[in-house]
Amino acid sequence: MPGITREEVAHLARLARLELSGEELDHFAGQLDAIIGAVARVSDVAGEDVPPTSHPLPLTNVMRPDTVRPGLTAQQALSGAPAQEQQRFKVPQILGEE
Amino acid sequence: MTVTYEDALATYEPVLGLEVHVELGTATKMFCGCATALGAGPNTQTCPVCLGLPGALPVVNETGVESAVRIGLALNCEIAEWCRFARKNYFYPDMPKNFQTSQYDEPIAYDGYLDVEVDGEVFRVEIERAHMEEDTGKSTHVGGTTGRIHGASHSLLDYNRAGIPLIEIVTKPITGAGARAPEVAKAYVAELRELIKALGVSEARMEQGQLRCDVNLSLMPAGTTAFGTRSETKNVNSLRSVERAVRSEVVRHAGVLDGGGRVVQETRHFHEDTGTTTSGRTKEEAEDYRYFPEPDLVPVAPSREWVEKLRAGLPELPRLRRNRLREEWGVSAHDMQSILNAGAIGPIVATMDAGADAASARKWWMGELARRANEDGVELAALAITPEQVARVAALVGEGKLNDKLARQVITGVLDGEGAPDEVVDKRGLAIVKDEGALGAAVDEAIAANPGVAEKVRGGKVQAAGALVGAVMKATRGQADAARARELIMEKLGVAD
Repeated sequence: MPGITREEVAHLARLARLELSGEELDHFAGQLDAIIGAVARVSDVAGEDVPPTSHPLPLTNVMRPDTVRPGLTAQQALSGAPAQEQQRFKVPQILGEE
Repeated sequence: MTVTYEDALATYEPVLGLEVHVELGTATKMFCGCATALGAGPNTQTCPVCLGLPGALPVVNETGVESAVRIGLALNCEIAEWCRFARKNYFYPDMPKNFQTSQYDEPIAYDGYLDVEVDGEVFRVEIERAHMEEDTGKSTHVGGTTGRIHGASHSLLDYNRAGIPLIEIVTKPITGAGARAPEVAKAYVAELRELIKALGVSEARMEQGQLRCDVNLSLMPAGTTAFGTRSETKNVNSLRSVERAVRSEVVRHAGVLDGGGRVVQETRHFHEDTGTTTSGRTKEEAEDYRYFPEPDLVPVAPSREWVEKLRAGLPELPRLRRNRLREEWGVSAHDMQSILNAGAIGPIVATMDAGADAASARKWWMGELARRANEDGVELAALAITPEQVARVAALVGEGKLNDKLARQVITGVLDGEGAPDEVVDKRGLAIVKDEGALGAAVDEAIAANPGVAEKVRGGKVQAAGALVGAVMKATRGQADAARARELIMEKLGVAD
């Protein structure tokens, strides 16, 4: 079973904009490795005749008509926001990209 | 090192790739029933699905899928028998879910083409794919000097746009356009816009972001076939900008290569004011979006019966319709291209439907109205005048109640919100002066004020009468019927015209 490396955790942390200490990298590498290992056991029982499955139900084309349904008010939408301004979600400075 | 566009084309062959995002005009979002109305207050069109709240489950908009299939068919694509949505994971506050629902290796439409015309010559642009995805929220950067991200202290998010259906249409690499690459790129986007409008799936207004273009460009030494490194210029949002962005990138790449440098694979931003691009984010790390199949949406499997029904219902395609109209209107291929680029085909047809003849409908939309749209930076269809009103102005001219100069004033009045054409004529008192008494008085005055000219006319130099007609027009502030004024002058001077 290929192990999850410290470098892979650092890469994921960067993609998720999480700052992790060296200690945390080691800690999470071990945990993630155990989780991936557990899930990977599915491959042991799935034979050649079992195709990779993304959806457990044999359904296709579940669609809804293009009809407006009432959603949330702005007040409700913003009720869980840590910060808001001008009826908008307020987020910290976004760095680097545009 | 500076090179000219002509220098660049003597040495290199441009390779284009165009990615166009079309925002569909559906009533609701792609995966939830939230409204998509423009101009609603911030965050008034959201729900747990498009806000990415825990436990919320998306369901696909049937009209969104139908529009995607119709676009695919109109682009001569194959329609997938079975395809899935995928999560494109990235960390950025414009998507509250931390991923965009898109399609990855199973687009709903693929392997098509769109024929475009440049200077009367047909150029086939191959389509790689058209896939379904969703738009992002709108960010406002606060605290910076220019509303840009750099220097901003924080950002504000409105999620009304998050989840609105988008169709992304990607071309295969376009080679062989040579020096005409900028024109081909522009013609492609213009043709695609016409197609989208003809299908009725979106108004495709570029200035409102309903159709947005990313321009990929690379150069390879002329006579070779291995592509160079490309740059990707984002959000080029007018036809003119598409053309300018390609031209500017050709010159920039050639300068780098001629100087012995290496083109950096990066995202670039186009600046309307200078017509050039600047560096955005460098793609030094291959983009890592960790795509995986969206587990919350079941696969889409358009039945062949449905696909064929949609194919049978496609409208006449714009290029064929244009060729037909060109013959009916009797205009050149070049003029038709200008009409297309101005977005004037629809307005002209509607004006003719309202009773105007082809020549006058074309004259007003491509003249006064095109000038005004250009001045205001909007498309013709967005002007505050209806085709019926333009037809009415044309009719007033036809009946001799307005001349062209007065008609332009009437159009200005309508555009400025003064009412319908007849109201503007009344309010501004613009009708041609038919009052023989008033006209006769103006003629008498003109003759009296210009005795030398009058003498010449009496002496047989009838062409000198133009100066007298001019004086009458000036005295009546352009409202006299010039032909009638000339008749009266000749009458009074006792000269046969």
